[in-house]
Amino acid sequence: MIEVENLHKSFGDAHVLKGITTSFEKGKTNLIIGQSGSGKTVFMKCLLGLVVPDEGTISYDGRMFSKLSGREKRDLRQDMGMVFQGSALFDSMTVEENVMFPMDMFTQQSRSEMEDRVNIVLKRVNLIDAHKKYPAEISGGMQKRVAIARAIVMNPKYLFCDEPNSGLDPKTAILIDNLINEITKEFDIITVINSHDMNSVMEIGEKIIFLQHGIKEWEGTKDEIFKTDNKAVTNFVYSSELFKKVRQMYIEERN
Amino acid sequence: MVREVFKKPTKWSIMKSLILKEIDELIYGSMGIVIFISIFMGGVVAIQTALNLTNPFIPKDLIGFATRQSVILEFAPTFTSIIMAGKVGSYITSSIGTMRVTEQIDALEVMGVNSLNYLVFPKIIAMFLYPFVVAIAMYLGIFGGLIANILGNHSTSTEFIQGIQLDFIPFHVTYSFIKSVVFAFIIATVPSFHGYYMKGGALDVGKASTTSFVWTSVVIIITNFVLTQLLLG
Repeated sequence: MIEVENLHKSFGDAHVLKGITTSFEKGKTNLIIGQSGSGKTVFMKCLLGLVVPDEGTISYDGRMFSKLSGREKRDLRQDMGMVFQGSALFDSMTVEENVMFPMDMFTQQSRSEMEDRVNIVLKRVNLIDAHKKYPAEISGGMQKRVAIARAIVMNPKYLFCDEPNSGLDPKTAILIDNLINEITKEFDIITVINSHDMNSVMEIGEKIIFLQHGIKEWEGTKDEIFKTDNKAVTNFVYSSELFKKVRQMYIEERN
Repeated sequence: MVREVFKKPTKWSIMKSLILKEIDELIYGSMGIVIFISIFMGGVVAIQTALNLTNPFIPKDLIGFATRQSVILEFAPTFTSIIMAGKVGSYITSSIGTMRVTEQIDALEVMGVNSLNYLVFPKIIAMFLYPFVVAIAMYLGIFGGLIANILGNHSTSTEFIQGIQLDFIPFHVTYSFIKSVVFAFIIATVPSFHGYYMKGGALDVGKASTTSFVWTSVVIIITNFVLTQLLLG
């Protein structure tokens, strides 16, 4: 379990995170939603240890990040997988080399063992014929799948995804969502996703955290988000006519 | 930054391949421009010296002497370094800067890789071969001077070669190599700093490359002054 306690972060005068407390459970897909500038990315960077919080604690299965030594932090990071918004694949490496990179760096496996593992994870993300291609030669959806493959190749305990659907067509976006959700269940890991995409909220959001102006405004499941009276959440989630109608239908069905 | 760069690499076998890749990119990849510039630079020095020798009492072997001194003391180590600051320096800044903009550096950090060590250390080690480039620049600069001298019919090749051998002080070559090692370190680190700590988007990568070239040149010129004062003053 990832436990976050009273997290604060400021950049100069801007108080970006104002005392966030929450937890993320094993085997669940957790979504962090909120408007641009609400603090989602900073919150995720704090979870990843890329930004040091001013106050508060983050613990990973009892290991408090701020109290770990440099070596222990590096070891913990090997339990993390991250899918970046722009995929962040290494341009100079092929798809196969990108996926193999963490294993090459941190394990003593032979080349053939690593190739076998790469084949397994690339097959898992439905990428079979792209091994020798460079990131620039494949589509955005394929790049996202390579990024997911790279993130899971070391069997991480924690998977983080920053806007995994951005820039993708709706069909590919749903495929990526479902893939992440399936992997979460299959490997029994903790998945935390930063998202703007309301389709993702409705499809895979087992736990949803809504941030506004650096405060955790609301927390609940995808079923609870239909029923909530919280004005800030309803204004954000049901800002489009389509989702307003979906909510109306859901409430009518329930009644 | 420097402490992180010189920490023990995560895996030496990967570091070795990175160093070889950087040697190919930074050193071998720069040979063409260095060879081209050195020959013409030496040629110009020889022509200019010859054209200024209007007094018949000044011996003609002064052309070879002046070419040797100019090339060994200044042109090969310093002028070549300024060119390298433009070619290699902007490559380093833009490649690391692009990795920063596209979150590839964050990806390395999240994986638990010391990104400064992974990206900068191989470049520094590769640049320690830079004195060899300077040695080639010295040789070709003087050779270019000889060719220009013969083609321009300024003096005989014997006179030019006599000039090259005249009052030769071996320490001048050592001084030049000391400078080139220091410049190599500057060429590897200043652009890396500008690339690694840049903020913004694609446009800012271009700006960072320009800024890095300016600062690398400034640092090289100031260091050149200080080293000359310390070693020859």
